[in-house]
Amino acid sequence: MMTTPSGARQEPAPAAAVAVARRRRPVVLLRAARTRRGAVGLTLAGLVVAVAAVGPFVAAHSPTAFAGLPYARPSAHLPLGADTLGRDVLSRVLDGGWVLLIMAAAATAAGVALGTMAGVTAAYLRGVAENAIMRSVDVILAFPQLVFALLLVSLAGPKLWLIVLAVGISHAPQVARVIHGAAVGLAERPFIKAKELNGVRPVRIMLTEILPNLVTPIVVEAGLRLTFSIVVMAGLSFLGFGQPPPAPNWGYMISENRLGLALNPWGVVVPAALIALLTIGTNTFGDAVARVSIGAAGRRSELALAGAAIGAVASAGEDGEALGGDVLGGGVLDGDVLGGGVLGGDVLGGGVLDGGVLGDGGAP
Amino acid sequence: MPGPLARLVGTRLALGSVTLAVVSALVFWATEVLPGNAAYAVLGHNASPAEVRSLEIQLHLNRGIIDQYGSWAGGLLTGHLGTSLADGVSVWSLVEPRLVNSAVLAVVSGLIGSVLAVLLGVAAAARKDSRLDDGMSGVALAITALPEFVVAIALVILLSTVIWHLFPGVSVLTPGTYPWDAPSLLVLPVASLVIIIVPYIFRMTRAAMIEALESEYCEMARLKGVPRRRLLLWHALPNALPPIVQVIALTFLYLAGGIVIVENAFAYPGIGQGLVNAVSARDIPVIQVIVLSLAAFYVVVNIVADVIVLLLSPHRRVAR
Repeated sequence: MMTTPSGARQEPAPAAAVAVARRRRPVVLLRAARTRRGAVGLTLAGLVVAVAAVGPFVAAHSPTAFAGLPYARPSAHLPLGADTLGRDVLSRVLDGGWVLLIMAAAATAAGVALGTMAGVTAAYLRGVAENAIMRSVDVILAFPQLVFALLLVSLAGPKLWLIVLAVGISHAPQVARVIHGAAVGLAERPFIKAKELNGVRPVRIMLTEILPNLVTPIVVEAGLRLTFSIVVMAGLSFLGFGQPPPAPNWGYMISENRLGLALNPWGVVVPAALIALLTIGTNTFGDAVARVSIGAAGRRSELALAGAAIGAVASAGEDGEALGGDVLGGGVLDGDVLGGGVLGGDVLGGGVLDGGVLGDGGAP
Repeated sequence: MPGPLARLVGTRLALGSVTLAVVSALVFWATEVLPGNAAYAVLGHNASPAEVRSLEIQLHLNRGIIDQYGSWAGGLLTGHLGTSLADGVSVWSLVEPRLVNSAVLAVVSGLIGSVLAVLLGVAAAARKDSRLDDGMSGVALAITALPEFVVAIALVILLSTVIWHLFPGVSVLTPGTYPWDAPSLLVLPVASLVIIIVPYIFRMTRAAMIEALESEYCEMARLKGVPRRRLLLWHALPNALPPIVQVIALTFLYLAGGIVIVENAFAYPGIGQGLVNAVSARDIPVIQVIVLSLAAFYVVVNIVADVIVLLLSPHRRVAR
């Protein structure tokens, strides 16, 4: 499908997307778990989650009690040695994951919910609302995600729920972009038009007609965001903007124990390894989900997946066209690969302008 | 009619300026929503009313927000960035050396990473589905997931402290010196960033090259007996370049955030470390300037990337 300046994404790709979404909706996670890649990812992440969940109940010492000399080497008493203040590294590791995990999960949920709301609203309402929403998205995207989260934390102060909210909000623009891309074509479909003619209220159409058809892109997006939530959360913690000490936290443990790296490396190595296993696990599983849901796209899926991975690291242009629709979409990548389809449109942030703002689009 | 290139640059510059103006307003407005106000945030809540009052006057907090923004933005445009609340010195003297240090770090890492990743991507695409390709793709997927500080710490453990002692594990520069005075300090921060960015560019290069190699014109070139190396580098790569350039641009944008963690992991005195210090100290004028510099960098990278892509794809240069 070659690019036309406007409205190009309405047919036929969204039709395929809707069909695919309908057919696979309930099973996309199960099917991903059954692939080799998905099983590996799920196992890795599951192991770390198990450590974090069971850990607090099996820790031998209090995570804040002094149990030995600072940076003591491992012994029968302290299997992983002691940390910078002489606390038991093993106990702190066992107790230092669950808050991080809950915060990351909550931030993912908040970010995906906010982004989906913004994306669907923009795609369905069109016009001024779409312009306003997607422009704000563009502005927020001018901050690197971590910088944005840091900025919010600096304003709001180091309260845990505010950190969760800050990370969630920093996810929202990227989610909004992807979901907007997926929803734009959907909003023009006949079954939506039929509901409109029947006088169904816009909010109801968005919730009961559009949203259910976006489950697959939302799930894929949530997978990506979960990995990045963990990375950003642990990163903030590493920088000292997480749980305040003396609470144990894998991210902060790495920075507080690194001065004693030569004396007792375990205080750094074990939390770092756990975080690494966790993010590799969630990312691998997320990749499996994306692969399963992209499925039939065949050889093009490689490009789309590469696009999805990048969409996750840094999102596209300061205006829809900059890195997306116009350049990537045109001829070169054949519009639809990164555009329509199952992953939900603007994997690389494409076509926001093409899709609606500048497009004639035939909006109501 | 102006050429599409001039038009593109013009539009992007205009949009970029609007973005920057909005960002600056947002960043500025953010200081107003600080709990309490900026004066309390700096002085702490035990400050006497007189102290707060004098700082409010110093920060112009006693004036209306539009007025405040006007004088601040005017100062930005004329090069008066204000005074650091934490150190009392001018913001520019704090930020300028850090900007230079960060630019060196980001550009060196970006260049090394891009070249390396494109080479690896071409190699993987040329041997698609071979063991080498599978292995590289698997490693790329795993590294993609790693937080920056895990990579940095792993390098410190391997090359600096526990296993070998090859490079310094912290990159503290004495004030007044720049990274090129002590290149060994750059090794580990650059290596960390390179390891982090290579997988993304690698994946896109591989995908775009596979796409190009499966095209009809490459099939044609193969059939007429073009040597393999020439086919890869002369026929396929140029057509695969536009998406690769896009990804490299995204990578540079990513670097603006990625350096925050890596600089802090190595105590490298760049704007990332400066930002974290300023956030800890609630040094608002410094935060504002650093965040704005990052946003400006973002806008510039976007424009440069668009221009390069346009130059790389001749058929896009024709006005629509």
